[in-house]
Amino acid sequence: MTTTMKSMFHSDINQGNAQSEQATNTSSNAPAVNALEIKNLNFFYGNFQGLKDINLNILERKVTAFIGPSGCGKSTLLRTLNRMYDLYPGQRAEGEIMFYGENILEQGKDVNLLRSRIGMVFQKPTPFPMSIYENIAFGVRLYERLSKAEMDERVEWALNKAALWNEAKDKLNQSGLSLSGGQQQRLCIARGVAVKPSVLLLDEPTSALDPISTAKIEELINELKKEYTIAIVTHNMQQAARVSDFTAFMYLGELVEYGKTDEIFIKPKKKETEDYITGRFG
Amino acid sequence: MNDRHLSSQFDEDLNSLCSKLLQMGGLVESQIEVAMRGFSETSLDLCNQVIEREKSVNTMEVEIDSACTELIARRQPTARDLRLVMAISKAITNLERAGDEAEIVAKRSKRVIEQAPNYKINAAEIKLSGQMAIDLLRRSLDCFARLDAVAAAKVVEDDRQIDEEFRGFVRKLITYMAEDPKMISTGLDLLSIAKSIERIGDHAKNIAEFVIYIVKGADVRHVPHDTLVREATR
Repeated sequence: MTTTMKSMFHSDINQGNAQSEQATNTSSNAPAVNALEIKNLNFFYGNFQGLKDINLNILERKVTAFIGPSGCGKSTLLRTLNRMYDLYPGQRAEGEIMFYGENILEQGKDVNLLRSRIGMVFQKPTPFPMSIYENIAFGVRLYERLSKAEMDERVEWALNKAALWNEAKDKLNQSGLSLSGGQQQRLCIARGVAVKPSVLLLDEPTSALDPISTAKIEELINELKKEYTIAIVTHNMQQAARVSDFTAFMYLGELVEYGKTDEIFIKPKKKETEDYITGRFG
Repeated sequence: MNDRHLSSQFDEDLNSLCSKLLQMGGLVESQIEVAMRGFSETSLDLCNQVIEREKSVNTMEVEIDSACTELIARRQPTARDLRLVMAISKAITNLERAGDEAEIVAKRSKRVIEQAPNYKINAAEIKLSGQMAIDLLRRSLDCFARLDAVAAAKVVEDDRQIDEEFRGFVRKLITYMAEDPKMISTGLDLLSIAKSIERIGDHAKNIAEFVIYIVKGADVRHVPHDTLVREATR
């Protein structure tokens, strides 16, 4: 993690929490650290309960995939992780989501700051109607004051991270909407990483993309997990099998099974999981 | 248990793979049986029959393997479907090798019949272990058809008896050959036949281990027998 990130981390979110020290200093051979610990999480859309008593840890610098049929609550769960649901009245979450020791569900949290730490990429590419450069700089300006040179550097860095630099470097002033669907989605990922979050939430990031663009995003996920914790919701089970380290199977708002991806796809423990991933789910 | 896929074609493909495997198993079983009869009844005809049919065992192996590859490419099977396809692909290799061993039994029997029809070595162990090997292979295929992990564990255990018979026969053979060097040539042919039978038992055992893998998801190759039994009965 970078210095900028560390300083933001300590001053604003964790305020010297011991666990965050551990988290920021994790090297590849250190014991696994939980980026997010979800405890007894219940979620309500008005009177309808969308999530039922979810308990799950999301490991730092690993890819965790959420699979399950439509309406099972996987996107809902993802949206609680950066309080995206706050935008809509009548939706509420109960329980705890500990983000490096801090309960993000507590009232009075700065949700904008939280969303800069836990970024999100949506199903449909959603570039802003502005230039490629501005698409990235816009978000960064909300949190940091950078000189023009620093901003140029940040934009290049983010586009590189999203494997888009080579394709976009000669047209930074063109509209983000001029890019192809796959490029737009990578632009959204660049926008997400530009503010240097520690967690990236990907909500079906490739469902609108062709196989080549999908492969590029999957390769990107593999690269990004060296520095970021990634949670991905996908309808494509083979994608979950390809990109994730851990997989959670959800059904009717409940977490049915959670484990290492290899185990889930070769030898799941629960019959419901097996029926779903083998295509026996009726 | 909901045993049908949403895609009925997928069900058909998997079922067809299983029946092809059992069909190939039946062919190999018959090859071993005919080879053993060729040996016991000193029949050149039966031995030649085995040698001729060996090619069709090889053809089936290639055919089933290609069906496995095709199914993986088209369906990307997971969990027990994946285990089933992987196990079938490995089981047919074992069946093909068991078929090769049957051919060796036939070829060596032919040589013994042609060169020393009146050999004086008591080959009771060969006949007995031959029957045991046929029985073991049949049972391992039954376990496969019924996905019976408990019976599969018993097959693995019973393979030890064939190994015992083989060791007993080798000890006896050494005594014969030491006593009369003229028996060495025939003795070596008989040793080769006995070894092939012992190998057939091993292949049957391997297939039984794959059954446990399909049903329980536990890889029980090269594990102590009590661990294997525990996994199979879990």
